[in-house]
Amino acid sequence: MRQLFYNQALGEALAEEMRRDKTVTLWGIDIGPYGGANGVTKGLWEEFGEARVIDTPVAELGYVGMGVGAAATGIRPVIELQFSDWITLPMEMIVNQAAKMRYMFGGILEMPLVIRAPIGGYLNAGAQHSNSFESWFAFVPGIKVVVPSTPYDAKGLLKTAIRDNNTVIFFEHKKLYGIKGEVPEEEYTIPFGEAAIRREGKDVTIVTYAYQTLRTLSVAEKLAKAGIDAEVIDLRTVKPMDETRILESVKKTHHLVVAQEIWKTCSVSSEVAALVAEQALDYLDGPIVRVTAKEAPVPFSPSLEEEVLPKEQDIYDAVLKTLGR
Amino acid sequence: MNIPREKLLMMYERMLKIREFEDRVRVLFAEGELPGFVHLYLGEEAVAVGACAPLNDDDYITSTHRGHGHIIAKGGELDRMMAELYGRATGYNKGKGGSMHIAYPKLGILGANGIVSAGIPIATGAAMSAKVRKSGQVAVCFFGDGASNEGTFHESLNIASAYSLPIVYVCENNLYAVSTRQSRVRKIEDIADRSIGYGMPGVVVDGNDVVAVFEACKEAVDRARSGAGPTLVECKTYRWRAHFEGEVDTYRPPEEVEAWIKREPIAPYEKLLVQQGIASEAELKAIKDAVIKEMEEAVEFARKSPFPAPETALEDVWA
Ligand SMILES: Cc1ncc(C[n+]2csc(CCOP(=O)(O)OP(=O)(O)O)c2C)c(N)n1
Ligand SMILES: [Mg+2]
Repeated sequence: MRQLFYNQALGEALAEEMRRDKTVTLWGIDIGPYGGANGVTKGLWEEFGEARVIDTPVAELGYVGMGVGAAATGIRPVIELQFSDWITLPMEMIVNQAAKMRYMFGGILEMPLVIRAPIGGYLNAGAQHSNSFESWFAFVPGIKVVVPSTPYDAKGLLKTAIRDNNTVIFFEHKKLYGIKGEVPEEEYTIPFGEAAIRREGKDVTIVTYAYQTLRTLSVAEKLAKAGIDAEVIDLRTVKPMDETRILESVKKTHHLVVAQEIWKTCSVSSEVAALVAEQALDYLDGPIVRVTAKEAPVPFSPSLEEEVLPKEQDIYDAVLKTLGR
Repeated sequence: MNIPREKLLMMYERMLKIREFEDRVRVLFAEGELPGFVHLYLGEEAVAVGACAPLNDDDYITSTHRGHGHIIAKGGELDRMMAELYGRATGYNKGKGGSMHIAYPKLGILGANGIVSAGIPIATGAAMSAKVRKSGQVAVCFFGDGASNEGTFHESLNIASAYSLPIVYVCENNLYAVSTRQSRVRKIEDIADRSIGYGMPGVVVDGNDVVAVFEACKEAVDRARSGAGPTLVECKTYRWRAHFEGEVDTYRPPEEVEAWIKREPIAPYEKLLVQQGIASEAELKAIKDAVIKEMEEAVEFARKSPFPAPETALEDVWA
C-alpha cells in the first residue's frame, strides 16, 4: 500500500475535506505559502487560495476566538497552532466559549471547530515547547480530544474531526510528523471513541496513546523475548475514551499498565486507572502501574530531559512490577 | 554626540560580543554540537546594545526567543551563556533553560521567553514593582513586530500608561514573524503609531544605528525614571538568518536580505568612532581581539563543563 508521512496524511485529510465541503476554512500562523511549521498545509494555499487558507498575525486569543464565532455562523474552521504550548493563550475561548455555547444556549447552535496543535517532548526544546496538555481538555464537557499515533489514524481521525459538529482539539505529536505509514488512496474516516489494539496479548494490557504507542510497541517486542505477551491499546481519542476495549482487555490479561508522556496528577492515565479500578477491580491480579513524566517542567538539557520524560525501560519495568516479577 | 567615551566603547564591545557569539552559535549548531533550537540575533545588534546602554545593572529587561543579544547587551557573560546553550550545569540556569530561557536576575535579566509576547506584561510587572518599592529602577521590554499583534502588548501598554510606569517598550521590527511579512497581517506601517492609542510617546528609530537607538532609549529611560511614564520605541531592523537555525527561508527575497546585510550596524559605528577621534583603529582592534579570545574561552568553558546530574532534574520545581 501507499506510504505517507504523518504530516502528509494530515495535509491530505485537510485537502479532501476542503474539496468536499466549501465551508472548511483554515487559519493560523504561517500556514499559507510557507505551508505550516510542520509542512502539514503545504500546497493548500495554492489550491484553495488565501480566502480559505488564511495566515493570521501572532494573536492566539484573537484567531482561536474568531474560530468560535465563525463555527457558530456557518464555517468549519480548522485552526493550526504552531505548537500546543501556547494553547494557554486562547484557553478562555476554548473552555468557556466553544465548549459551552451549545449547552448554555439550550442546544440552538453547533460548534464545528477543530484546533490542531503539536504536542510533546524528546526534542530538547525546553519547558515551553515540550508540553502535552490533553488531560486539560478531556476534563471539560463539550470538547473532544484526539491523539493519533499513525499516518493512517491521523488522516482518518482528522476527517472525522472536521465533520464533527463539536469542538475537537487535535493533538499531533512532533516526533510523529516524520514517520511513514500505510495510507490507502480510498476515502475513509475513523470514528471517535474506538481504540486500536496495536498488538494482541494475554499477559498484560498496556494502554497508551500518541508517541508513547511507538515506544510501547518496541517494549512489547522486548517483553515477548522475555516470554511476556503484552496487549497494546492505543486510545486514538482520549475523549471519548473507548472504555469497552480497555475493560475487555483487562478482563482478559488481569494486569494494567498505562503509559503516557506527561505528568501523572489528574491526567489521562489517572482516568484509565480509575476506570479499571471502578469497573474491573475484581479482575486484577496485580497493581495498576502508571508510566508518566516526573513532575517537573520538561527541562532543556539532554541529561535532564531524559530523566523527566518516561523511558522505554520505565514501561518494561512497569510491566514486570504489575506481574510481580 | 554627547555620550561619554567609555559608554561609546562599551557599546562597540557589546555589539561585537553579540556578533561573535551568534556567529559561533551558528557554526556550532550546524555542526550538531548544540541541542534544541536557536534563533539568532545577527543583524539586530544595535537594538539590544543601544537600548541597554542607558540602563543600570539593577534595571530590568525582558527578552524573547531571539534573546542572546539582549542578555549580552545587559552584561551577560559569554561563558555562562554558552554553557546554558550546551545544556551544561555551569550555565546561567543550570541547563534547565537553554537558548530560549536564559535569565539572570542579578543583572535584572528576567528571562528570554519561548512564548511570543509573554515578556511584555512581565516587564510591565517589574516596572509596577519598581514603582511600588520606589526603587528608581526602570524596565526595558524587548519584543518583535509579531509580538505587537498579541493582546498582551495592548493590555500592557494601556496599564503602563494609566499608572505612568517606569518602562520602555522596545519593538524590534524586523518586518517578519517567521514567514509572515508584517504588511500581510497589519495595516499600519509603524508600530510606534499604536502609542497614540495608549497615550504615550511613540518613536521610530533606525535600529541599525546604535547611536540613534541609544539616544531614543536614553530619553525614554530618563522619562521613565522621572516618573513621567512609558514610551514605545520602534527600531527598524532585520534578521540576517532564517527564523531559527535549520529553517529554510524561502519567503524573503534574497535582494532584501542582501541589502540589509550591507546596512549592517557595526562597521559604520567603527568608522564613526575613528572619525570622531574616540578611538584609534588599533584601540578598536584590541577590543575586538579581546572579544574573540573571550569567545574562544567561552566555548572551551562550555565544552569542558559537566552535564547536570540527572537527580537535579527534580530540584527547583518548588521554592
Ligand atoms: C504565543 C506564541 N505564538 C507563536 C509562537 C511561535 N513563534 C515563535 S517566534 C514567532 C515569530 C515572532 O515574531 P516577532 O515577534 O516579530 O519576533 P522575531 O522572530 O521576528 O524576532 C512565532 C510565531 C510562539 N513561540 N508563541
Ligand atoms: Mg519580527
